[in-house]
Formats: sequence, structure tokens, C-alpha cells
Amino acid sequence: MKNRMSPMKKILLYTFLSVGVVVSVFPFYWMFVGATNPSGEIFNIPPNFLPGTHGWENFKNLNENIGIIRVMGNSLFITISFTALSTLICTAAGYAFAKFRFKGRNQIFFMLLVAIMIPYHVTLIPLFEIFSVVNWLNTFQAVILPQLSYPFAIFLMRQNMQSIPDSLLEAARVDGAGEFHIFFRIVLPVMRPALAAVAIFLFMFQWNNFIWPLVVLQSQEMYTFPVALSSLVGMSRIDYGQVMMGTTLSTLPIMIFFLLLQKQFISGILGGSVKE
Amino acid sequence: MGQNKVQEVEKKPQQKRKQNRWITPKTVPYLFVFPAVAFFLVFTVYPVISSLLLSFQTREGSEYVFSGLDNYIRLFQDTLFYKALGNTFLILIVQVPIQLFLAVIIAVALNSQFLRMKSFFRVAFFMPAITALVASSIIFMILLDENYGLVNYLLSLVGIEAIAWLSDPFWAKVALMVAITWRWTGYNMVIFLAGLQNIPASLYEAAEIDGASKLKQFFYITLPQLKPIFVFTFVLSTIGTLQLFDEPYILTEGGPNNATLTITLYLYENGFQYFDFGYASAIAYVLVLIIGVLSWAQMKWAGDDE
Repeated sequence: MKNRMSPMKKILLYTFLSVGVVVSVFPFYWMFVGATNPSGEIFNIPPNFLPGTHGWENFKNLNENIGIIRVMGNSLFITISFTALSTLICTAAGYAFAKFRFKGRNQIFFMLLVAIMIPYHVTLIPLFEIFSVVNWLNTFQAVILPQLSYPFAIFLMRQNMQSIPDSLLEAARVDGAGEFHIFFRIVLPVMRPALAAVAIFLFMFQWNNFIWPLVVLQSQEMYTFPVALSSLVGMSRIDYGQVMMGTTLSTLPIMIFFLLLQKQFISGILGGSVKE
Repeated sequence: MGQNKVQEVEKKPQQKRKQNRWITPKTVPYLFVFPAVAFFLVFTVYPVISSLLLSFQTREGSEYVFSGLDNYIRLFQDTLFYKALGNTFLILIVQVPIQLFLAVIIAVALNSQFLRMKSFFRVAFFMPAITALVASSIIFMILLDENYGLVNYLLSLVGIEAIAWLSDPFWAKVALMVAITWRWTGYNMVIFLAGLQNIPASLYEAAEIDGASKLKQFFYITLPQLKPIFVFTFVLSTIGTLQLFDEPYILTEGGPNNATLTITLYLYENGFQYFDFGYASAIAYVLVLIIGVLSWAQMKWAGDDE
């Protein structure tokens, strides 16, 4: 193989990629510029390309306007409880599908696989009816409950669980370990990387979840980030400084996590389809 | 040695006692799948069936009554529905290939053995995929503002007149596609990159010996080897596009003049703005049907030569 690339080609390669990087990353920078300047500033001609000092002001106004601190709390509470519960439920099911033979196993698993294909929008209206019958519209559980059993996550966990050697489980049983003990003390620790990927996948799903919370959350003090942001944009007079501060607040924590845990994140968001 | 044995024998019954006698390897799988299956039945299976039934009902007063195929007949005469269908498919046909093409090109560039700082590039390109669709749509709404947006300002520097990104029916579609492409290209790129890294180097070495040019190698080795990845990303993007909601809801609200109305946006409007649950359910079921047929066709196409 040739071991060198002509300088011309190298320049082309780096130029192409650098342009791509600027396009990918610039909108984030622009968001930050908008969040730290007064509302009109990002619309100046010529535009102001530098971050300003108006960030705290925007934050205060935003909090007065839609209670962004509360929104942040709502999003965190909903997303964290959803992620914890869903990871546990899907992992347990994946474990059963991968490591046990039982009547109905293939039928149930097939049903879950079919569900991956069904758009979740089909369920919106009956879900709305269910939650209005039990008087749970505009509650956190209405956002958390419907997707707890997430077929794709179950599928992923089953795939990953298949790598656990049966002999390991048998040995534990011979030693007299209970089934729950085996699951929590042996299986889960071994599965840590897969658990992280699935948890990140579920976390991102719920953090960004929009249409269902939009339907079911009806008052401002219950809003999650996406719903709150969309209500800001829907206002007759949009304060862009506030809007950009809101989008920054919803994006920044994820971005920091992403930069810290790049590999797990990429594999998680892609649903484990890319492994490293 | 002997002492150890004794200890073990003593330990065993103790541990056994702690266990419930109903929890055995025979029954335990049911316990493990129970929560998942229970939630699935209540929050997926029941709604899927219920909305199928609902799609055959219309509201009379406060009651939903059986009305046969009325909703579906209405749907097939509804010009707005055709518009939503047309817009969604236009995006599918134009935007998805552009996005996958860009993704492959970037992945191939990133896979170059001469490139340094690979992980920096990979992270930078993947970054858009971590933003909420609502957030990315808002950023693009501001970047593409007709009078004051940065994009039009930059265009004015090279002498291009302001483009009505969000208020012209043609440009609104373009704006929507730009926002979607920005959000998803890096995501697909990473999948392609993983695919590229799985192509055995020996294939290229052999081609090199035979004197095949880089371009030929790309067309005769890289692309065919990537076919499964193409199918995978294409299926993902198709399903995603057919369910497009967040971006048009924020960016254009389906406008101007329904130029960016999508199937799910129309479903949402009928269901939760006009509260016509029967009609919205019929739309949902047409969507299920389309996704089912397309996924099946794509899988079939993928399975062709395997």
C-alpha cells in the first residue's frame, strides 16, 4: 500500500472535514451567543458573533416567564425515574428471553419485535383516553408509564445477555444462590457496559420526548423542556434571548455528559448498533 | 479439606431456607418478563387495538358509534391528507438520499488512514445527534429567520437576496430538510464508519496489487460491502421520516399553506386540536400500513442476494 497522500489531497480532505465540523458545531455556538445576549442582539446587522454578558438576565426573565428551574426539575425527575425503571424492567425481560426456556417465550418475544415497527403515534389517542379515565392527565406518571416496557431495549438486552455463559448461572445455582440473587449480583454486574448503553438510549429518548408530553401535560408547572421550549416559541412576542437560554439549558447537561463519555454515548444513542 | 466440606454442607440448607420455594428456575422467567409484558399489554397492545376499533367509529354527541369505513372513505377524499402524504414522501425521496450520501462521504473521509485527530472529528460530527429535535428546530428557526437570520445575512454578503425560508412553500420544505439533515447526518455517519471498519483490509490490499484505482476500490469494494449498512440506515431514516413531527411543529407549524404538513402533524391536529379521535386513528392506521409495507419491501430488497 502507498504510505503517503499527496499534500494537495491532504489539504482537500482537511478542508472538507473542517467545513463539515463548522456546520455541525456552529449552531451550538450560535445558541450560546444568543443565550448570553439581549434578545435583539443576535438579529443585528452585521451580527454580533461574540458571547455577551446578558446570560443571567435572560435566565432570570426565563424563570419568571415559564419557571425554567421548575421545568428543569420536572425533566430531571421524569427522565431519571423513567430511565431507572425502564432499564430494570427491560433488562429483566431481556435476561429471561436470553437465558431461560419457558412456554410462550418465542411468541411473546415475537410480539415485542413486531411492536418495534409500530409507530408510537398509533397509541397516542387510546393512551390519552386511558389517562383521562383514571384522572391522570397532566401528571408525571402519565409521561413515565407508557414507554416503560421499551421493546427495542428488551431486544438489545436479550442480544447482550446471550453472551453470559450458562455455566456461570448453573454454578451459582449449585452453590444455592437464589434466582434474584443471581440476577442482581451476578448478571447485572457482568452486563455493566450494555446497561450503560441501554440506559443512555432510554435517557435520551425521554429527555427529548415531545409529542406525548405535549399531549398529556397541560399546565405550565408540569412542562418538560421540549414542551416548555415549544410554548416559548408559540408566544406572540418571542424573546429570543430567553428562547436560546432555554435551549442551552436543555442541551448543555447532555453535551457535557456526551463529551465525558463519548464512546458509551455514541453506542447508547445508536442503540448499541455500533460497538467499540 | 474435610472441614471445608462440612462447612459447605452446613451453609447450603441455610441459604435454601432464605429462598421462596415458588421461585425456581421454572417459574422465575415468568417473574422476570411479567413487568415488561404487563406494561406492554396495557400501554401498547390495548392502545393499538383500541385505536383500530376507534378508526371505525365517529362521534355522535358524546358517544363514539360504529360507522364502518366512513373515516377511511373521508380520508381518501381529503386533499389535506394527500398533501401531508405528498410532503412526507417528498422529504423521504429527497432528504434521505442526500443525508445518507453525505454520511457515507464523511465516513469514508474519516476512515482515511492519513487522517489525524479522528476522534475529534467523529465527536464533532456526532454532536448534533445529542440535541433534542425541539431544540435543534428552534436554533434553525432563528438561523433561518427571513429578515434578521444569520443565514440570510451571510447570503447577502455574496450578493444573494434574502430567502423566505419559513414563509415560502418551496423554501419552507428546504428549510425543514436542512434542519433534519443537520440533526441526523452525523448519526448515520457513525453507523457507516463502523461498517467501514469492518471491511477486511485484505480486500483493498488485493485490489491494490491488481492495480485498481482508489475510485474503483470505492465503487467495487466499499459500496457493495456497505450494503447491509445502507439498508439498515435507510430503514431507520424511512421510519423516522414517516413519523416526522417535532421539526415541522416547531419550525413551520406545518405552514405556509400546509407546505410542510406531515402525516403525524395532521394526525396530531385532528386528534388533539379538533378532538376527532376516530379520524385521527384512521390516519394512524394508514401510517402503520405504509410503514409496514415499506419496511417489508426494504427488508425484501436487502435479503435479495443473501
